[in-house]
Amino acid sequence: MTQTTVDAPAKDRARIPARTLRTDRWWSYPLTTFIVFTAWVIYATVRSMMGSSFWVEKYHYLTPFYSPCVSKACPADAADFGRFVPDHLPFFIPYALISLPFLLGFRLTCYYYRKAYYRSFWLTPSACAVPDKSPVRKTPGRYSGETRFPLILQNAHRYFWVIAALISIVNTWDAINAFHGEDGGFGIGLGTIILWVNVILLWGYTLSCHSCRHVMGGRLKSFSKHPVRYWLWTQISRLNTRHGQFALITLGTLALTDAYVALVAHGSFSDLRLFN
Amino acid sequence: MGYKAKFRVWRGDAGEGELKDYTVEVNEGEVVLDVIHRLQATEAPDLAVRWNCKAGKCGSCSAEINGRPRLMCMTRMSTFAEDETVTVTPMRTFPVIRDLVTDVSYNYEKAREIPAFDGGDVKPGEFRMQQVDVERSQEFRKCIECFLCNNTCHVIRDHEENKEHFSGPRFLMRVAELEMHPADVQDRRQIAQDDFGLGYCNITKCCTEVCPEHIKITDNALIPMKERVVGRRYDPLVWLGSKIGVVKRGKSTPKA
Amino acid sequence: MTDIERLRYDVVVIGAGGAGLRAAIEARLQGKKTAIISKSLFGKAHTVMAEGGAAAAMGNANPNDNWQVHFRDTMRGGKFLNSWRMAELHAKEAPDRIWELEAWGALFDRTKDGKISQRNFGGHEYPRLAHVGDRTGLELIRTCQQKIVALQQEDHAEFGDYDARLKVFAETTITRLLKDEQGRICGAFGYIRETGKFVVFEAPAVVLATGGIGKSFKVTSNSWEYTGDGHALALLAGASLINMEFVQFHPTGMVWPPSVKGILVTESVRGDGGVLKNSDGKRFMFDYIPDVFKDKYATSEEEADRWYDDPDNNRRPPELLPRDEVARAINSEVKAGRGSPHGGVFLDIASRLKPEQIIKRLPSMHHQFKELADVDITAEPMEVGPTCHYVMGGVEVDPDTAAASVPGLFAAGEVSGGMHGSNRLGGNSLSDLLVFGRRAGLGAAEYASATTVSVPDAEVEAAVAEAMEPYQRDTGENPYAVHQELQQTMNDLVGIIRREDELEQAIEALGKLRDRVGNVAVAPSAGATVTEDRGPAYHPGWHLALDLRNMMIVSECVARAALERQESRGGHTRDDYPKMSADWRKINLVCSLRDGVVELKRQEMSPMREDLLSLFELDELKKYLTEGELPAEEKN
Ligand code: SF4
Ligand code: SF4
Ligand code: FES
Ligand code: FES
Repeated sequence: MTQTTVDAPAKDRARIPARTLRTDRWWSYPLTTFIVFTAWVIYATVRSMMGSSFWVEKYHYLTPFYSPCVSKACPADAADFGRFVPDHLPFFIPYALISLPFLLGFRLTCYYYRKAYYRSFWLTPSACAVPDKSPVRKTPGRYSGETRFPLILQNAHRYFWVIAALISIVNTWDAINAFHGEDGGFGIGLGTIILWVNVILLWGYTLSCHSCRHVMGGRLKSFSKHPVRYWLWTQISRLNTRHGQFALITLGTLALTDAYVALVAHGSFSDLRLFN
Repeated sequence: MGYKAKFRVWRGDAGEGELKDYTVEVNEGEVVLDVIHRLQATEAPDLAVRWNCKAGKCGSCSAEINGRPRLMCMTRMSTFAEDETVTVTPMRTFPVIRDLVTDVSYNYEKAREIPAFDGGDVKPGEFRMQQVDVERSQEFRKCIECFLCNNTCHVIRDHEENKEHFSGPRFLMRVAELEMHPADVQDRRQIAQDDFGLGYCNITKCCTEVCPEHIKITDNALIPMKERVVGRRYDPLVWLGSKIGVVKRGKSTPKA
Repeated sequence: MTDIERLRYDVVVIGAGGAGLRAAIEARLQGKKTAIISKSLFGKAHTVMAEGGAAAAMGNANPNDNWQVHFRDTMRGGKFLNSWRMAELHAKEAPDRIWELEAWGALFDRTKDGKISQRNFGGHEYPRLAHVGDRTGLELIRTCQQKIVALQQEDHAEFGDYDARLKVFAETTITRLLKDEQGRICGAFGYIRETGKFVVFEAPAVVLATGGIGKSFKVTSNSWEYTGDGHALALLAGASLINMEFVQFHPTGMVWPPSVKGILVTESVRGDGGVLKNSDGKRFMFDYIPDVFKDKYATSEEEADRWYDDPDNNRRPPELLPRDEVARAINSEVKAGRGSPHGGVFLDIASRLKPEQIIKRLPSMHHQFKELADVDITAEPMEVGPTCHYVMGGVEVDPDTAAASVPGLFAAGEVSGGMHGSNRLGGNSLSDLLVFGRRAGLGAAEYASATTVSVPDAEVEAAVAEAMEPYQRDTGENPYAVHQELQQTMNDLVGIIRREDELEQAIEALGKLRDRVGNVAVAPSAGATVTEDRGPAYHPGWHLALDLRNMMIVSECVARAALERQESRGGHTRDDYPKMSADWRKINLVCSLRDGVVELKRQEMSPMREDLLSLFELDELKKYLTEGELPAEEKN
């Protein structure tokens, strides 16, 4: 109080009964996010446990949800990284069990997704200047943010990032493999293009990560002494402003790529071939 | 050109008060603060409002307009429909003094806890810094201290009890500013987490959303700060490195 | 009077802008217990509005720069009416003050070799302004604010109390300086806005750093705080003001929308090619080139346009005439009915540069017009007109210690007079704040060490009575209405171009207004829910009523001094005496108050020291000085 007054009386906040006086449609962002994320999670769960329609033998298309395919159940050509996980595990263990948990962890601890789900699922807060927790979840309790278990684990994001970068290399490998023609030689189809678009955007997402930005140069005190890292930091910062967009777009491309591969593998329609 | 607008202004003190209705003239090109001033000069000479520059440069006229934290002098009346009721309330996170004026001393108290800039042994006039090195902190120094970000941050807005351990985005950004200052020699990462409550921030970006200076508080200050704190506190490799002596960890600065 | 809190300090600094904060820092560094009294919140002072930079001859951009060059530029800018000693100290000490800021954490823009970058500005021979984009003032305030916090942290470590030796009283207004029986300053009296309570500061030394007087004018770039408090307080305490007739009007301020009328449109718009047009679409500045400048300025649009690319072989466009010339021209166009819809003229950059160029070169102007006026300056012209910007006049002080004539009173910054003569150069005000803020703090600390005082009760009682007067009157004038009329009068009659008959009219009108100011009443503040009296806490009507007294006194000084000075020089333009006169150059007009009435007297300036005089060419000196003042050895 010392700044403001000589013995100023203790004061209260203005008591304004309305929870929020916002008149715009502030609820539309959390609501859409909620719907989109939920739908995606359901789709992804179903698909990664399905154990079928993930590989197009003819063109070597492997969906990212099954990459790397390390189960003994994987077809030989789809499993460039070895098949060391026994067959006949319970159905909920995905074939790509060495990557999916990390990818999940990566996205869960991603700064963008944190914002998105804290707003839409946790409702802390659902929108700015709208009180935490909707009337639906009236738990008064204390708010401790990311200071305690389990949310303190969000700090592990940079490790997930390292692994995610490795997985992106695997995805790139898959995309290279997808230049596979009918006769076994070089070939390009719509599927190849889709896989490439997906993998490029995945790189966009992975490289624009805040942890990446930090590691590449953000942690430095002086840029001028490290010109190369400064250059890297500048480029990543540029991507980083779009990080949220990458996060959302890659959700879309992942699902799309998977759906395309699934439908072609299932034989619902045949791949549009551009060359061989 | 001119029209009569419907205004609802929170009037009261010591927490008690109510939204009062006014009908007041609005002319072309005016901002909310003009209308408040017209109320003062006509119907309500004692309507308390804080302002200085009327140009969005001093950060005095913070309030909430239709529930959104804004500067009154930068909110043009033309953004509202003529038949729309404009509701103006004081910032909700800080105790109210009177009408639209709040007691923002919380902010000044938090500012005092952050250890000041320390340039080490360099003499005045001998500092050499490159433009690329000062730019990050310069962005944060654009801050006009309107405290809209602190007002909006749910950590204290919705949880009064957190005020004790949380400095709010404005001052976490100040810590980031000093940490990125090319000539500063202190290390405030430990206290950023322990004393200033960086961990309470869940990066939901409301501070960035309301900042009238368009400072990317979350992306450029808070998240990089979180990453730096991880480097100091939560990174097992760093920890291991320092145990076996490969990584040197300097002394942490205590809170001021 | 028992419920009025009395606080003891060694030094009380009134005003928390650049000068005030710098003074307080210095007093505290000298070990004095110091109070800073801020009319607004801490860190909101008008200094934040300064954009360009702080002038200091550091020679980073051009190694030829040094204090002598800076001194010369300052004297020329002020048309030799400056207190030469102040200009000298200022030029010599400014670099140290800037470097000091850097050691406190300021981040200026840099040169390639890592030094503080310096930019060009009107009137400065070399690039000299240390700057941070276009928010240098904010940087200056924030740095001083943070230095104060740093000092408070030291005290906290030592005494366990942040406020032990340096305390900020935010939102506190001083209404009276208090004097003891010996006629020395013994403190200050004021009210705390939040509670409406009165407070007495007992202190041997008071530093005034209250800024300017812009709020006496209708169109001004100044904020509400700029009510000439320090000027008035000094007068009421028996000190004198000099050079009050010199008020700087910036030719281009925004005129529309009403909310931002007066806000500055930077000179660089014209520097980058912007042209002034009247409602007929004519570039009227060609009609206003005065004879003395005929050979330096272009006479055709073609030639003017060529200048931007080839300044060596063409003459400058007349839009770049000195500020007073441009302001006068705009004034006459508007008076002749060729103004823009909102009473200004058009400043057009849209038809001159490509949109991308405009956004790149004038980002803040683009932003300012977009956000405040909804005008896209890349597509439409701006409407601009003159706006009251700065007062060169102020408290007469001793250059070295910043001491006023009343023992214990000091002044620094815009509230002090002399430094800038008749016209201030851009960039010299931020450095002025630092140089003389520090000197005032030093002077006050030194004086306070040797003096002890106590406040007589009678002084406090009188101050209380005065402050409560408008509050206790049941019926009377509405302070807002009186204020508007005062501003209108000053704007119309004591504005940028002055004439004898108008000034006389103004003085008469001010006389009448004085009676009305003495009769303003503020309705007791009604409670929100019930109609009970909320008391004087945060009562804006009451605050204005108290400020009116100050604006009134200051306005009278300006009007009287303007009537007296029969020449045109810098910030004082007389239609009826358009020439500069060497005889008037020697004269300072000094305002003081006797029994509540403004008195004016002429005072010879002290002749410039020989070594400083020798910094100028004789030919140049001849333009300003009388025969008798020219250096002796060169006269033959
Ligand atoms: S991003 Fe963090 S600091 Fe900013 S408003 Fe959200 S929780 Fe508060
Ligand atoms: S960071 Fe932005 S919102 Fe926060 S106080 Fe500064 S200017 Fe205001
Ligand atoms: S992946 Fe989103 S921040 Fe790292
Ligand atoms: S009055 Fe200065 S920001 Fe609104």
